[in-house]
Amino acid sequence: MAFKSILTTTTALALTAGTAMAQTEVQWWHAMGGTNGERVDKIAADFNATQSDYKVVPVYKGNYTETMTAAIAAFRAGEHPHLVQVFEVGTATMMAAKGAVYPVEQLMADAGEPFDKSDYLPAVISYYQTPEGELLSMPFNSSTPVLWYNADALEAAGVQPPKTWDEVKSAAKALVDNGMACGLSFGWQSWVMIENFGAWHNLETGTKENGFAGFDTEFTFNNEHVVARLADIASMSADKHFVYGGRRGDSLPLFTNGECGMWMNSSAYYGSIKGQAEFKFGQTMLPLDTNVADAPQNSIIGGATLWALAGHEAEEYKGLAKFMTYLSSAEVQAWWHQETGYVPITTAAAELSESQGFYEANPGTDTAIKQLSLNAPTPNSRGIRFGNFVQVRDVINEEMEALWAGDKTAQEAMDAAVKRGNELLRRFERSVK
Amino acid sequence: MLKRVHFSKTWLPFLLVAPQIIITLIFFIWPASQAVYQSFLIEDAFGLSTEFVWFENFEYLLADEIYLQSFGRTLFFSAAVAFLSMSLALILAAFADRVVRGATTYRTLLIWPYAVAPVLAGALWVFMFNPTLGIFPYFLEFVGVDWNHYLNGSQAMGLVIMAAAWKQIAYNFLFYLAAMQSIPKSIIEAGAIDGARPMRRFWTLVFPLVSPTTFFLLVINAVYAFFDTFGIIHAVTQGGPANSTTILVYKVFNDGFVGLDLGGSAAQSVILMLLVIVMTFIQFRYVENKVQY
Repeated sequence: MAFKSILTTTTALALTAGTAMAQTEVQWWHAMGGTNGERVDKIAADFNATQSDYKVVPVYKGNYTETMTAAIAAFRAGEHPHLVQVFEVGTATMMAAKGAVYPVEQLMADAGEPFDKSDYLPAVISYYQTPEGELLSMPFNSSTPVLWYNADALEAAGVQPPKTWDEVKSAAKALVDNGMACGLSFGWQSWVMIENFGAWHNLETGTKENGFAGFDTEFTFNNEHVVARLADIASMSADKHFVYGGRRGDSLPLFTNGECGMWMNSSAYYGSIKGQAEFKFGQTMLPLDTNVADAPQNSIIGGATLWALAGHEAEEYKGLAKFMTYLSSAEVQAWWHQETGYVPITTAAAELSESQGFYEANPGTDTAIKQLSLNAPTPNSRGIRFGNFVQVRDVINEEMEALWAGDKTAQEAMDAAVKRGNELLRRFERSVK
Repeated sequence: MLKRVHFSKTWLPFLLVAPQIIITLIFFIWPASQAVYQSFLIEDAFGLSTEFVWFENFEYLLADEIYLQSFGRTLFFSAAVAFLSMSLALILAAFADRVVRGATTYRTLLIWPYAVAPVLAGALWVFMFNPTLGIFPYFLEFVGVDWNHYLNGSQAMGLVIMAAAWKQIAYNFLFYLAAMQSIPKSIIEAGAIDGARPMRRFWTLVFPLVSPTTFFLLVINAVYAFFDTFGIIHAVTQGGPANSTTILVYKVFNDGFVGLDLGGSAAQSVILMLLVIVMTFIQFRYVENKVQY
């Protein structure tokens, strides 16, 4: 008996000694490949160098979809990481997974880590809050669509960077008349032309506050304003004033090799455009549709946030909380913002970039922040939260492609997208019941 | 009279087949049964809330216009890939069979594409036909063709068919060449003596004699087009534009791994599984006793 208890004590001691010596590891799965992946590694390495108790281990898991699927599969197998990067359209899925997700605000409070939500840009964190205002995930890389333009081409055609859709149309015409292959193109069309067009003009994309107030939401983006705008753009394609160049960022070469003079897509393409374009380029705010609103509201974000997954040790979450504090510090955020073109998530980081003279040296790089913080977000411009939204975006892509190909009218395409999207919403509502 | 060897009934035969049985159970029966079970569920991605719904996922699928369109599209795609790759392989084999000097070099070159992974094959075609950067759209512009497979569904379909067929030509070529070389020379020579020209000899002698191979390849190519072309489609079009290249196997992936609709995706894979069973049945029932190796 005595011997046995000595043995147990020794083992226990040995075990404690083992854990005390080793650093507590925090696994971070992310979807940042290439140069951004190296930047992620640098952030983790820098954090690890600041202290010796915790070690953040970043693991690249493929693109956004692959990373999310991998984390979900790992969760089902009980092998999930502490932190996973999930893109904004996965928000509803993550939110519905109560019990799998450890809300960030609660995590910071439990770990005793100081955390003040008011430090963050409202348009960024409003996207990831519950209707009650609890922050669920930590914003990391956020961007917003802007209008990119070829400054040389616009100048040659004798037009100013457009502010309204009427000006976009006349600028596109002037560019093509001046010998360009195409006037305007855009990518991520559901995000840019439906979700952000809605927010920018304070129109709802779906009922129940764009899905924030409940899973029983329905799409309403087949309204007259969206339909009229899309029909107008489709009519521009006859003379190549508008050219469709594929989903996501596939149309980037159209802009960077000088075929299209204007391109609407994420502000985070800054790095790519800077590297590829051999002309003077600029970015300006999204154009305003003067038939719909007198002034723009604010645009909504895209990109990804970091979600903590439940089911690990309290000590590990403590390390995670410290890492989050480090991650959102002004220095790290300003560096990340200036390197990548993603928006800084805190006001302090934006101010730091300002005082470092970044915006002065790179005019236009503050467009995204200006757009996001133009006005206090309304229920229509806070963001969107729809289930199965990855598929819904596919549906919208398909229907818009049918419109650009001339197979459907704008009204038909949007009606079909809403109908098919609503079916997916109902299926999601059932799956999370 | 030959004396038969009798093994006593022991554990030995069971032990000898055990590895095969275990592998089949673990890698086929178990996942397959999981898929069947999953197809009866509506579940959220994390598996936190699950509802058993019997055949509702199947009902939903069969009422879904897009799924049914995908069926028709898959049949067209498979038929086109099989026809294109087999006919080209047949022509190439017929010529390679006649070559005397450097025959091995030709053959090696023709077999090469088979070693290319589907995704890489897809990537090659993506670069060649990229509407903005590719070399072929540039040439096509001279003949007045506006190539943009991001927008034009028929062009996208044509492109994945070409890529998938190109990849499979090598395999078909191997089988056709083997079949042609096993035709006795005397038959061909007899035809030649009777005054038949090469074309006539090919159609009346060679083509009928390789018909068992043709039938075998038809089944293999159909299976290939149904299931193994995933990588090519994923690399070239990702099922777009407007679903115009979403064949069944791609939809299983897309709904399950991108859309996270696990029940619906499982139901689709169960339907596909039934298709494989039917195809395998056809192959064994009709092909085995006709083909002689």
